[in-house]
Amino acid sequence: MDINTIIQILDSAVRLMTPLLLACLAGLYSERSGVFDIGLEGKMLMAAFSAAAVAALTGSVWLGLLAGIAGSLMLSLVHGLASITFRGNQLISGVAINFLASGLTVLLGQKIFALGGRTPSLTGGGRFGAIRLPFAETLEPVPVIGPIYADLISGHSILVYVAFLCVPLTWWLLFRTRFGLRLRAVGENPASVDTAGVSVTRLRYVAIGICGVLCGLAGAYLATGLGAGFVKEMTAGRGFIALAALIFAKWRPWGALFATFLFGLLEAIAGRFPSIDLGIITVPSMFMNALPYILTVIILAGFVGRAIPPRAGGEPYVKER
Amino acid sequence: MDKMPKWADVILTPLISLVLAFAISALVILAIGESPWEALKTMVTGALGSSYGWGFTLYYTTNFIFTGLAVAVAYHASLFNIGGEGQAGLGGLGVAIMCLFIPWTHWSLALIAASLGAAAFGAAWAFIPAVLQAKRGSHIVITTIMFNFIAAALLNWALVNWLRPVGSMDPASANFPEATHLPKITDMFAALGIEWGTHTPVNVTFFVALLACVAVWALIWRSKLGYEIRALGRSETAARYAGISPVRVTVIAMLISGGLAGMMATNNVMGEAERLVLNNVEGAGFIGIAVALMGRNHPVGVLLAALLFGFLYQGGGELALWTSIPRELIIVIQALVILFTGALDNMVRAPLEAFFVARRKRGDA
Repeated sequence: MDINTIIQILDSAVRLMTPLLLACLAGLYSERSGVFDIGLEGKMLMAAFSAAAVAALTGSVWLGLLAGIAGSLMLSLVHGLASITFRGNQLISGVAINFLASGLTVLLGQKIFALGGRTPSLTGGGRFGAIRLPFAETLEPVPVIGPIYADLISGHSILVYVAFLCVPLTWWLLFRTRFGLRLRAVGENPASVDTAGVSVTRLRYVAIGICGVLCGLAGAYLATGLGAGFVKEMTAGRGFIALAALIFAKWRPWGALFATFLFGLLEAIAGRFPSIDLGIITVPSMFMNALPYILTVIILAGFVGRAIPPRAGGEPYVKER
Repeated sequence: MDKMPKWADVILTPLISLVLAFAISALVILAIGESPWEALKTMVTGALGSSYGWGFTLYYTTNFIFTGLAVAVAYHASLFNIGGEGQAGLGGLGVAIMCLFIPWTHWSLALIAASLGAAAFGAAWAFIPAVLQAKRGSHIVITTIMFNFIAAALLNWALVNWLRPVGSMDPASANFPEATHLPKITDMFAALGIEWGTHTPVNVTFFVALLACVAVWALIWRSKLGYEIRALGRSETAARYAGISPVRVTVIAMLISGGLAGMMATNNVMGEAERLVLNNVEGAGFIGIAVALMGRNHPVGVLLAALLFGFLYQGGGELALWTSIPRELIIVIQALVILFTGALDNMVRAPLEAFFVARRKRGDA
């Protein structure tokens, strides 16, 4: 395998990890505040659809992005109502949100475009184009560093860079600000936050709001950056892989970067080599596709470093009277 | 003292939730420019208006009874098994192995063996998440989600590399031999000289599903194991004090749950397709969640809810056929039912409780 192949695989790994990373960070905010969210998949799907639909109708990818965020936020609000205000079961609410998105996107897509649930293909201003970083052309001839800079680091759409910037930003927000301290506290021990006179309800709504925005970015990237339009069920389980990555990352931002890169890389390798011949055995591509889930189960089992979720996760907070 | 009379808790609350879910579904239909009344009429005529419609409705109902009971049994132990999809898929593998590799002489023997095979494979697929939950505290919801995806990959591999007949491009197993074909209910009626539901897939496994309802009822409310499952579900500490082993009961409850989900394959794989195809479960494992929630985890409730979803499923197909409403409408209705009867339960319950408490106070005064 030569350097160009490696760079190509890494390049597609970066593209494929971007929606995972955004969704994983989205889940991080929500779960750190004590609200389990298995509806990441549904929110991404809704965002992908609304982004592609608005981009197709207006021809502006930026309006599409806003619509994507709005679509995702709407479902976040449903999740908040069910799990924070009415203190319902957060897991059941997540399941419902996934189905709601899966059905609504096709229903609305068929109504608006009559293409069997697809949106028309996006072109030109309806998509996020590649950004050439400065000096990409000048550096290209330089061996090793040149292709790495020109092909791997430069030439992605803006949302890829946004996703990577979100990692240090999340770390700073979570571990270096008062808001972050409160957010983490509300996921571990909401009663203590309440005693300090900070509203648990408000903090959790803010957290799922951030979660909605990030899922919106992830979905919009899928439909307008990675792909060129919306197709039925286009998230294809990415929301669950992001959830797996979150556990893999043990609910930490830098871990999320590593975990989503690993899962993106697995997807890129599986996409490039349908089956891998290791001499003794041939690894089928199905195994590569299932590997993120298998790895997560192993991590969950606690054999390789234990993953401990936020302590108050999944429990609605009932204020003492 | 309970805040509400029992009838309000068991019947009124789910009914109001259901009405809300359907009201919003009607709004969705209005929003896409169709008439909810026409849609309902098409669905009722298509699903319940003829023996043909009933034949399909009851076929879907059979699937949903199995997956609904699977979710319900686990729920009594306060385990949320959303792995029904994967367990039912693996159950299909069990059925295929039993039907393809053993030469059966009569369908009844094949059905018994296939049921055991399906239940064993489904249970095996629930076993690892169960053990991880019981021994290592890994959250069962997450592990069962992961196992759904692993099951899909495994089935894909088994069909492509192993069960696919030589020369076939289609990732599906060979057709099952004639002797394993299950009698359709149509044939039973025909034997009595009555024409009912010609060309419909509902088959003898419908009665197996009804038996499963009775068996689950007896298990949960009339057996020591059922008592242990419910005790664990209510309070793990109390169960432990009563000498119940949480590890044992968790694992057994999940094995039963996975086995029930797996048994769905006797209906769709053995009774209908008569071969194993990719994605044979078609979301029935997830519908089990809605069915169990709506049926309040009671076999009678599960049966009624399964019938409702059978109706919705068949009616949804008819909608797609006769109107411009896509069949994905059913997924939206399903989502709303899960949302209102499951997650937003308190929204309906709290005002009702307040109403009954207020009324009782007035009665006392």
